[in-house]
Amino acid sequence: MSDRIEKRIELKEPVSRVWRALTDYREFGEWFRVKLEGPFVPGQIARGKITHPGYEHVVWQAVVQKIEPERLFSFTWHPYGIDPKRDYSNETPTLVEFRLEKTKNGTLLVFTESGFDKIPSDRRAEAFRMNDGGWTQQMKNIEDYVARAS
Amino acid sequence: MHAVVFAALGDETRLSLVAKLSGGQPRSIAQLTEGSKLTRQAITKHLRVLESVALAHSVRSGRENLFEFDPRPIEDARKYLDLVSEQWDQALARLKSFVEG
Repeated sequence: MSDRIEKRIELKEPVSRVWRALTDYREFGEWFRVKLEGPFVPGQIARGKITHPGYEHVVWQAVVQKIEPERLFSFTWHPYGIDPKRDYSNETPTLVEFRLEKTKNGTLLVFTESGFDKIPSDRRAEAFRMNDGGWTQQMKNIEDYVARAS
Repeated sequence: MHAVVFAALGDETRLSLVAKLSGGQPRSIAQLTEGSKLTRQAITKHLRVLESVALAHSVRSGRENLFEFDPRPIEDARKYLDLVSEQWDQALARLKSFVEG
């Protein structure tokens, strides 16, 4: 079984524009839906409050790994580490990477998240239960939010 | 650290054991060793790994110990990955409209 997620998306904007949206902490926060406390610095913790409707009580946290201008941005984190009562710090985090390539029409973004083989199986079950209980409602919240915002 | 399904399946021998067992028919260690280059002991060791993550369990049949497959941990693991993947689809779609918008 694959232990990684990979996605490739084409963006109709130059690499420099996509790079800013990924690595400027305010711009990242806009689309990722987190209000970060400060800029991304390699080797340091990035932290902020989730602004995603329904998850405002959750603190988002990641450790910035690489910032190679207009090429690679990466961080490690605990996917779905959203239970405030649980300590995730002993778990091996997954690695999230965003790679940018210039294309004829703009930018190719290659996204990967890897390292799921290290996630405890009981936590996968926890995330699934969470999903089972509330994801449909959550999707609805997002739709409503988008409709209101546009 | 709990034993993990992804790691348990990250091995050719164990994948082939899962393939043999996934037909639903419980099988003995002798049957599972058939056609393999590995010894009974080696196969047994791999079966114990599968057992430790609940992908297989042994059932007694007369004097024999049979191994049976349980797909639930795989389903959970796949659902988990799907869930994280879906979250990223949404986040990246928001990134796209943020950048292009």
